[in-house]
Amino acid sequence: MSSADIYREIILDYYRHPRNFGKLERFDIASRDTNPLCGDEIEMQVKVGEGMKIEDVKFTGKGCAISQAAASMLTELAKGKPLEWVRLLAKEDVFKMLGNPDLGPSRVKCALLGMKVLKTGAYGYLGAHNDDPEESDLP
Amino acid sequence: MLESEAINAERMRADFPILSRKVHGKRLVYLDNAATTQKPQAVIDALVRFYSTYNSNVHRSVHTLGEEATEAYEGSRKKTAEFVGAKPRDLVFVRGTTEAINLVGSAWGEKNVKKGDVIVATKMEHHSNIVPWQQLAKRNGASLKYVGLDTDGTLDLAGFEDLLREAPRLVALTHCSNVLGTVNDVTKLCSMAKMAGATTLVDGAQSVPHMPVDVEEIGSDFYAFSGHKMLGPTGIGALVARKGLLEEMDPFQTGGEMIREVFDDHSTWNDVPYKFEAGTVNIADAIGLGAAVDYLDAIGMERVRDHELRLLDYAFKELASVKGLKIYGPSDTRSRAGVISFNYADVHPHDLATILDEEGIAIRSGHHCAQPLMRWLDVPATSRASFYIYNAHDDVDALKAGIVKAGGLFKV
Ligand SMILES: Cc1ncc(COP(=O)(O)O)c(C=O)c1O
Repeated sequence: MSSADIYREIILDYYRHPRNFGKLERFDIASRDTNPLCGDEIEMQVKVGEGMKIEDVKFTGKGCAISQAAASMLTELAKGKPLEWVRLLAKEDVFKMLGNPDLGPSRVKCALLGMKVLKTGAYGYLGAHNDDPEESDLP
Repeated sequence: MLESEAINAERMRADFPILSRKVHGKRLVYLDNAATTQKPQAVIDALVRFYSTYNSNVHRSVHTLGEEATEAYEGSRKKTAEFVGAKPRDLVFVRGTTEAINLVGSAWGEKNVKKGDVIVATKMEHHSNIVPWQQLAKRNGASLKYVGLDTDGTLDLAGFEDLLREAPRLVALTHCSNVLGTVNDVTKLCSMAKMAGATTLVDGAQSVPHMPVDVEEIGSDFYAFSGHKMLGPTGIGALVARKGLLEEMDPFQTGGEMIREVFDDHSTWNDVPYKFEAGTVNIADAIGLGAAVDYLDAIGMERVRDHELRLLDYAFKELASVKGLKIYGPSDTRSRAGVISFNYADVHPHDLATILDEEGIAIRSGHHCAQPLMRWLDVPATSRASFYIYNAHDDVDALKAGIVKAGGLFKV
């Protein structure tokens, strides 16, 4: 693992200037989770629009550069997509979004926290259980 | 080594096999000693010797192995007790500090803490000296109150006196903060608490490994510590009680070993400390702890303390020149243990730890099991470097270089 590889310019930029950071005035889904290991915290709000699409999404949180940048990038990716897309989202998609850095096992949890929160919210809204096999081995 | 001679940490490293390994191709710079310390060959050998030459259960076996194991286990109790100025019969072997406190919360607390009673803890406690009291308070209708801190990270003495006026049933406080490094004057605080009629429990997890401790002089009713933070194995620690106190307490866990006689409908208890050591005890690790005590005794705890103070002074001086680095806790190193919690610019501690790890440097990042303290500090997390006998200036230099590297990556 190389930290120069993890902390690329773009990650630091999203960490310091997170896109879609804040709260929505009106939303249909709200979910929150923490990573007890390091205290990372992410909360997401989603406004569901026509055709079960993600009309808007914002997040708040605190934590390391990886967790915050990943959550922010994910909100950008999610906007305009159907909720079903969230269901099909896989870890690999998040890693790819981050530029496939070689994260150690403990930092993977930071990278995936945003996805976990988004999925939890979406699954709850869809009335489904988070029984995705991809998901069940999440910490 | 002469008593007066300073510790030669570089030479001491040869006793610790793990310190010769590489991490990411670099020399291991181990600065996470407040979490757990490394083990000298002497401790590892004691474990191997037990399992390969006299492994047996203790107390019940008449055969040679059983006698040897019992002698070693009880010998370890004696050494460990003497190490902190206690009598062997007042020392209960437990899994660690956490279990020691839970034992008191249950075996002493259930009987002594009643509805309306006040339990006093401090804002600098480790979760293990908070949660058991929260639970006890909930069960028995008592309330848990906290002594606050002054801005320099020392206890607010006036606030403590105020709380003592409420005649607390118990005062639970740490000897040394695992985050701020603050060393509390527990002798004075216990005496004040005692005058107010409170029973006292001192968390010695961060003090026994790093400085001379005499529980009799401190005057606490209970004193708890962990073996793995003082060169010993994991899974062993001690609860030391004031003379006679264990006798008055109910058992903690029940079953074999802790009984005298068992009838169909009732049982009678074994003598102390055995009354609190139910089931087959952690024989090997207790013996390992004895070896760790021998190792520390040979060095002398005054010298351990001196060494860490010197290192702390050096680290303070070096880190002061890193712009954007903030150290928490007392600025006077004399009232600190060898623990430095800090934050560096807007580099999150978790990111810093990752970058340092790449350099072979192990520090801790996060809330350090002290969330109420983190809230008081108003930070989500800190980075923490903590020293021990095998750390030297080169480790501090490596730490500083690693932080500077992180600063470069983050364009601080
Ligand atoms: C001050 C303090 N108290 C208690 C503990 C808990 O010790 P253990 O995990 O060995 O039970 C620790 C260790 O993390 C500590 O630093």
